[in-house]
Amino acid sequence: MYKILNVKQLSEEIKSMVISAPEIAKKAKPGQFIVLRIDENGERIPLTINDFDAKTGSITIIFQEVGKTTRKLGMLKKGDSLIDVAGPLGHPGKVEKLGTVVCIGGGVGVAVVYPEVRALKEIGNTVISIIGARNRDMVILEDKMREISDELHVTTDDGSYGRKGVVTDPLKEILMKKKADLVIAIGPIIMMKFVCLMTKEFDVPTIVNLNPIMVDGTGMCGSCRVTVGDETKFACVDGPEFNGHLVDFDELTNRNARFLNEEKEPCRCKKDS
Amino acid sequence: MQKRLLMPEQLPQDRIKNFNEVALGYTEDQAVAEAKRCLQCKKAPCMPGCPVEVDIPGFIKRVAGRKFPEALDILRKKNNLPAICGRVCPQETQCEIVCTLKKKGEPVAIGRLERFAADWGRTHSSPITHNQSSNTRLKPLAAVIGAGPAGLTCAGDLAKTGWDVTIFESLHAPGGVLRYGIPEFRMPRDVLDYEIKYVENLGAEIKPNIIVGRTVTIDELFATGYKAIFIGTGAGFPYFLGIPGENYNGVYSANEFLTRANLMKAYKFPEYDTPLRIGKKVAVVGAGNVAMDSARVARRLGAEKVCIIYRRSRSEMPARAEEIHHAEEEGIELDLLTLPIEIIGDDKGWVKQVKCLKMRLGEPDDSGRRRPVKIDGSEYLEDIDTIVIAIGQGPNPLLLSQTPGLKLNKRGNIIVDDITGETSLEGVYAGGDIVTGAATVIEAMGAGKRVARAINEKHG
Ligand SMILES: Cc1cc2nc3c(=O)[nH]c(=O)nc-3n(C[C@H](O)[C@H](O)[C@H](O)COP(=O)(O)OP(=O)(O)OC[C@H]3O[C@@H](n4cnc5c(N)ncnc54)[C@H](O)[C@@H]3O)c2cc1C
Ligand SMILES: Cc1cc2nc3c(=O)[nH]c(=O)nc-3n(C[C@H](O)[C@H](O)[C@H](O)COP(=O)(O)OP(=O)(O)OC[C@H]3O[C@@H](n4cnc5c(N)ncnc54)[C@H](O)[C@@H]3O)c2cc1C
Ligand code: FES
Repeated sequence: MYKILNVKQLSEEIKSMVISAPEIAKKAKPGQFIVLRIDENGERIPLTINDFDAKTGSITIIFQEVGKTTRKLGMLKKGDSLIDVAGPLGHPGKVEKLGTVVCIGGGVGVAVVYPEVRALKEIGNTVISIIGARNRDMVILEDKMREISDELHVTTDDGSYGRKGVVTDPLKEILMKKKADLVIAIGPIIMMKFVCLMTKEFDVPTIVNLNPIMVDGTGMCGSCRVTVGDETKFACVDGPEFNGHLVDFDELTNRNARFLNEEKEPCRCKKDS
Repeated sequence: MQKRLLMPEQLPQDRIKNFNEVALGYTEDQAVAEAKRCLQCKKAPCMPGCPVEVDIPGFIKRVAGRKFPEALDILRKKNNLPAICGRVCPQETQCEIVCTLKKKGEPVAIGRLERFAADWGRTHSSPITHNQSSNTRLKPLAAVIGAGPAGLTCAGDLAKTGWDVTIFESLHAPGGVLRYGIPEFRMPRDVLDYEIKYVENLGAEIKPNIIVGRTVTIDELFATGYKAIFIGTGAGFPYFLGIPGENYNGVYSANEFLTRANLMKAYKFPEYDTPLRIGKKVAVVGAGNVAMDSARVARRLGAEKVCIIYRRSRSEMPARAEEIHHAEEEGIELDLLTLPIEIIGDDKGWVKQVKCLKMRLGEPDDSGRRRPVKIDGSEYLEDIDTIVIAIGQGPNPLLLSQTPGLKLNKRGNIIVDDITGETSLEGVYAGGDIVTGAATVIEAMGAGKRVARAINEKHG
């Protein structure tokens, strides 16, 4: 059993949770994820390790309540336990001193990009960050991101906070003004796709962090397969980070809709009851 | 000569609607009658056929004499998992093929009797608790990686000989393929749980959710005091066909399909949270046990048509005869001498059709089986909405790539000493599918047993 040490509400749909998992806390690196199961009937879902502390033996996850499992997770309180937490999984993000790096987080993707931004900054890069969200309530980790960024831009779809528009608006201006050595984009597939289209024009290498549907997270099922270049990759072991210019985002969008019909059902049941 | 007794089974029309066990097992009287057919040969040709050296005539004699607890004791002496072996071992190619009775007719039903004795023990007593030795001397530490049949056997035998054993398992539940691959209608989970509990009662501790290579490395295990390490991580990496369209929605590897159904219990969705979407027409590519299991799961999940697509002919099908027979009884069709060459999808990315070629058999290839040859111009399209790829699994590189110095062969399997199972790394041993490639439960167990012996001799 893995004890929940703390829960914080970051926005209406997004929570952060600190979990006791000493073995994972000891080994985790930015960019890696865990697979968790809430209870005996639960499914295995992947979530990025947002923060980790080997001393206290704890890890932090930040999740958006989008479906059955994340909603169930959102109902748990400090002192409750998760039945299974496995990790750290996936390759850590490459942290190199490159010069100027633009880091983009869309929605809950800010939580995923955060540990890498911090590592990139610590090693001496100039970091320009962009946070994109649907509306004011969905903007998370703004202060923490500001602390570790040389420059921070915030956009909202509806203009309720920061600048009205999408992350590619400030990105374009930045790329026109100066030379970026790397762009990291983590967020909804559609956002990553458009960022990559733009950075390709500007010829800036771009890394994305993919979120296909997973089961084991250890390379034994192929549920997470994605097309990168002309190869099929298993995102859980070959990724989750890939060269964004080679990713087939449309295929990933289709594949993430594989269980849409089935997943609607339990949510409906819950509302009815 | 008396005929071999049939084992009662659920009728095909009933069993395709449930996940309960198909074969129901002998009654006491049936078991005794079948056991009495055994000639108790002095030389016992059956015994060398058994990779874990079970005293076959010995246990059968006890069944014939209604001494069921004694029969089980004899089995357990060599075999930590008899209820499992009695269900899934290919006895027809091991012990039963060399049975003296086979020369004149039908061999003794050794597997069914083994199952009977193990089941009798389970339903008549709780797992035997091993006398945890009151010896206060510190036991040497051994680590076993992977809780499949190889790891469980090695751990059980090491515990029996005085080792303090920990099994590290990456999934949340132990059993390996027995848990995530083989469906409940062939391997009921209460049977599996009981057999695993037996190994735990011998003194082995199982730690789930530990991915060796990620959560902890082999070097770190040595550093924390383990004296010997056994790698039994299986053949868990799924192969795909490499044809266009394999990433369309509705195409599963057998591993994903079976893991969702078995480990995650998607067949009880929405009571269990993991979904598995199944269409009306399901094609399973491949003809081994994995393919049969996938096809029979698809049938039970309500597919109207399920077919096996296989590029060779019936006589080359690698699945056990009994599995093919059961599949056919359940209405599963066999499209033999057929090769899928492309998967065709609709505009939303879902599988719509599969394009196949017909084959004929040519000259024998390296495997001794006749090579399938394409028939020009025989292409055709078949409407299909779910495809399960069951053409084999290889070694998962996750741990191996994190273990420098571990020597692998061309296929990525670990190279070991034939007798001791020791790898190129001092104190690191391996066995089961990770060494042999996808094989059988009993061969994995045999390897686990040999390694336990070697570890005990060298480090004990
Ligand atoms: C490596 C990795 C890291 C991730 N890290 C985080 C994280 O840090 N925080 C976080 O909030 N989420 C993260 N995700 C996504 C998260 O795993 C899914 O949101 C979660 O599995 C949904 O489960 P559910 O049962 O709540 O929703 P479901 O009922 O399964 O699905 C609800 C809706 O979400 C969609 N969906 C399902 N799976 C995914 C997916 N993998 N990605 C996106 N949409 C999906 C479905 O199509 C459906 O529309 C990560 C995914 C991966 C693969
Ligand atoms: C669907 C199916 C049906 C089959 N039917 C039969 C049958 O009827 N009869 C028969 O004899 N054989 C059958 N087989 C083959 C048989 O199951 C295997 O040969 C046998 O299970 C191999 O045992 P193993 O212990 O080597 O590996 P596995 O059973 O594969 O177990 C390996 C274990 O190691 C774990 N693991 C992997 N990597 C790590 C890691 N890095 N850290 C920690 N743990 C790890 C895995 O999660 C798994 O639990 C079947 C196989 C399949 C897939
Ligand atoms: S999630 Fe199963 S292989 Fe990646």
